[in-house]
Amino acid sequence: MPYAMCFLLFMIGLYCAVVKKNMVKIVIGLAVMEYAVNLFLIMLGFRVNGAAPIVDKTCYDPATGRVTAGFLNAAVDPLPQALVLTSIVIGLGTLALLISICIRTYEKYGTFDITQIRKLKG
Amino acid sequence: MVIFYVLLVFMLIAAIIAVETDDLLSSVICVGAVGVGGSIMFLFLRAPDIAITQIVVEVLGLIILIRATIARDLTFISGDREFFGLVVSIVIMLVIFLAGVRVLGNLPPFGTPVFSQVPDAASRTYIAEGLQKTGAANIVAAIILDYRGYDTLGEATVLFTSIIGATVMLRSKCRKSLEDRNG
Repeated sequence: MPYAMCFLLFMIGLYCAVVKKNMVKIVIGLAVMEYAVNLFLIMLGFRVNGAAPIVDKTCYDPATGRVTAGFLNAAVDPLPQALVLTSIVIGLGTLALLISICIRTYEKYGTFDITQIRKLKG
Repeated sequence: MVIFYVLLVFMLIAAIIAVETDDLLSSVICVGAVGVGGSIMFLFLRAPDIAITQIVVEVLGLIILIRATIARDLTFISGDREFFGLVVSIVIMLVIFLAGVRVLGNLPPFGTPVFSQVPDAASRTYIAEGLQKTGAANIVAAIILDYRGYDTLGEATVLFTSIIGATVMLRSKCRKSLEDRNG
C-alpha cells in the first residue's frame, strides 16, 4: 500500500510534466517525480523494526572485529541509501540547469508558456 | 506504520496543490512541503543520511525555484494543450500507469527487503564486513566513499557539468559584449 501511494505521487508529477503549459510547472512536475522515485527506492530497503545502517558499540564485537548477528538481521538495506544519496545531489544540479534554461527563455520571449514560445519561433 | 501513511497523504495533498494552483510562488512553496515531508519520511525509514541531504538540497532547490518565479510577471497561464499534444500525453501516462500497476503486483511486501531473503546479497556483505574492511561505522559512508567510490566520482562530475551549464546559460555580461563586437 505505501508503494501504491508512492506510485500515485509519481503519476501526479508525470501528469504535471506532460500536460501543463507553464515551463516552471513542468520543472515542478519533474521535481515531484524525482522525490517519488527516491522515496520508492528507500522504501524497498526498509525493514519493519529495523535499525539505521550505522554500527554502534552495542552491536560490535571488539574481540573478533565483526558486527553481531542481531545487527546483521536488523539493519535496513544500505545500498539503495548510498545510491539515492547520489541521485538527490544530481537532482539539485539538474534542477539548477532546468531553471537557468527557464530564466533564459523568459528573458528572450517574455513568457513561460510553451505554446507561445513555439508560435514566436523564427 | 501509521506515520508513513500520514506523511504520504501529506505529500500527496501538497503535490496536488502544487500541480493545480495557478500562482507559481505558492506552487513552488508546495513543492517545498513535498520535499520536507519526504525528508521526515526518510528519517522514519531509518535513513538519517538521506534525510539530512534531502533537507539541504530542498532548501537550495527552493531558493533556485523562487529565483526563477519571483519578480516575473504573474500572468496565469491556463487552458490545455492542443489536441495532438493532449492525446500523446494521455497515451504516455496510460502506458506508464499500466507498467507501474504490473510492477506493483510483483513487489515484495512493505517492510521485508529483498536482500534479507538472498543469502549472499551485496548489501549483506556490506553490513557484515563494512566496518572491518573500511573502518567506517556508517555503512552508507563506507559504500559511497569506498566500495563505490567511482560512482561518487561520477556524481561529482555530473554536478560539476550541470553547474557549468547553468553558469554559462545565466552569464549575460560576456555574451552581450560578444554580440556587440559581432555587430
